[in-house]
Amino acid sequence: MLAEKYAREIEAILKKYPPEERRAAVMPLLYLAQRDKMYVSRQDMAEIASILGMSTTQVMSVVGFYSLYYDKPQGKYRFQVCTDLPCALRGADRFLEELCARLGIEPGGTTADGLITVEAVMCLAACDKAPMFQVQSGQGLEYYEHQTVDNALSLIERLRLEATRRVGRVAND
Amino acid sequence: MTKPTSSSDYEYILLRHRTIPDLDNLAVYQKHGGFKALKKAVTSMKPEEVIEEVKASGLRGRGGAGFPTGLKWSFIDAKKWPHYVVANADESEPGTFKDREIMEGNPYQFLEGVALCAFAIQAHTAYIYLRGEFWQIAEKIDNHIAALEAAGLLGDRLFGTDYSLRIYTHLGAGAYICGEETALLESMEGKLGQPRLRPPFPPSFGLFGKPTVVNNVETLTNVPIIVERGAAWYRSIGTEKSPGPKVFSLSGHVVRPGNYELPLGTTFRTLIFEHGGGIPEGRKIKAIMAAGASSSLIIADERALDTPMDYENVPSLGAQLGSASVIVIDETVSIPWLIDKTVHFFRHESCGKCTPCREGTFWMSHLTHRLQRGEASPEDVDLLYEVASQMKGKCLCALGEFSIEAVLSGIERFRRDFEQAVNKIPALER
Ligand SMILES: Cc1cc2nc3c(=O)[nH]c(=O)nc-3n(C[C@H](O)[C@H](O)[C@H](O)COP(=O)(O)O)c2cc1C
Ligand code: SF4
Ligand code: FES
Repeated sequence: MLAEKYAREIEAILKKYPPEERRAAVMPLLYLAQRDKMYVSRQDMAEIASILGMSTTQVMSVVGFYSLYYDKPQGKYRFQVCTDLPCALRGADRFLEELCARLGIEPGGTTADGLITVEAVMCLAACDKAPMFQVQSGQGLEYYEHQTVDNALSLIERLRLEATRRVGRVAND
Repeated sequence: MTKPTSSSDYEYILLRHRTIPDLDNLAVYQKHGGFKALKKAVTSMKPEEVIEEVKASGLRGRGGAGFPTGLKWSFIDAKKWPHYVVANADESEPGTFKDREIMEGNPYQFLEGVALCAFAIQAHTAYIYLRGEFWQIAEKIDNHIAALEAAGLLGDRLFGTDYSLRIYTHLGAGAYICGEETALLESMEGKLGQPRLRPPFPPSFGLFGKPTVVNNVETLTNVPIIVERGAAWYRSIGTEKSPGPKVFSLSGHVVRPGNYELPLGTTFRTLIFEHGGGIPEGRKIKAIMAAGASSSLIIADERALDTPMDYENVPSLGAQLGSASVIVIDETVSIPWLIDKTVHFFRHESCGKCTPCREGTFWMSHLTHRLQRGEASPEDVDLLYEVASQMKGKCLCALGEFSIEAVLSGIERFRRDFEQAVNKIPALER
């Protein structure tokens, strides 16, 4: 239950809005839930709905409308390359194609180990620093600017190593 | 008074962090005059006097529409309470990255601007709506707000008066349409981010149905300087109808892309060639988009390059200044490829509330995709032009109208590129 685990955070969020407008807290509460497990479960949506006096359907439609909420478990790391016009003028399409080719996937696809998804996204307000991408993960969202394919691949190598070490630790426990 | 045009004799007003290190530290900001304007306003000015000063400065909204800021504040309905301020930090227009730099580099000047706006309309609560990708910036702003509360510059009974103010951040979650002010308000209320029918406008029916001023981050960041140095001083920068400085986000085919703070009225040539270093590898400039992906395509001839970038002159080129997100396009670019990019963006971001935009962006993108792949016929170009023309004036909000700008102007002004595309002449390298 979110209400037990995050009582303090929930209280702080609700305090930002007038008591008669609790529904305004739906987006921050969804982020809170998503931070917990990288996606928002059906159960969390129902709980958020009851905290805010909304219907679960209303909360579900908010989740569906915005692209930064996920209602299903996600791959570990999403590499989101901006290929909008200004970045594309500075080589973003070629960057995305080459990165995917070197990983042996199609844009939008996930690597065989399930660790890395690479996809094209819309402008991220970093157009002067193309090629650029953001990485979405359980830790949140990180910008990587002025990138080369080699940079991106070595970041992926690092993430893979970390993941193997984590698995190793779990196995040794 | 002189109107500086190059950065060497230009004193930064907005991007002051570029010459003052650690300006995101409250003590440093205060050492450089920070929060004097707020103190002056709260302790010695009437709210209406602040509005009058901003009106007299001629400041116009930097979020795209260029609406006079003081006038907007004066529309606030004094019979309905409470009032709210919402700062628009959604910054999602392709080619726009100025608010991000302001909030990261000079956050206290922005927050002081939010506070001055709130005092002027007697709001006791202000929200900053940031795009979801800016969550780290939001965390830093939360820390800055905490520092201000600890220093007694925000919170209850400011400067010993009975004026109180709280500022909160609120994160969006990846939807360009939420930059449109009424969609933003819906989103803040916990609903789907879809535009409202207007009128009523936010100053009479805004957040939670209450009178609300929505202003862009850069707009608000101008306000402390106006209150501190006065409207007359502010008007010494820029042009008569477009006073003040502007942060131009320069992107695309230039040697030095980036943000450039310059007086409004600086020419495209000065921005692109003097500041941006011109086009890489000596290639020729072909087209300019002045307002990000929402722009029409300007033919980059000598006349266009010598046109001042301000709200009154850019329209003479059949374009708008908008948020002043200048995308430079060189001779290697094929315009059908370009409009396929912009239309794809708008189709993806259309909120789906009204049919002309939802269906129109879908069909346009179908056609631009064919064109871009070299599979289109000459009739397809006519059909594309027809679909775009049909949308004109029929969309509920400006997103739909933005989506046809590059399409119509592209076909009208760069006809040859389309002839090449349909006649299977190998497309230009992109
Ligand atoms: C589709 C669309 C997207 C917009 N995105 C933004 C944005 O990201 N930031 C912004 O300040 N204004 C944006 N605007 C303009 C706002 O609706 C509004 O005019 C502005 O926030 C008012 O502030 P200003 O007067 O200070 O410019 C957008 C408008 C439309 C139609
Ligand atoms: S014009 Fe497009 S974005 Fe605007 S309300 Fe209609 S469907 Fe939504
Ligand atoms: S176009 Fe890629 S960050 Fe703006």
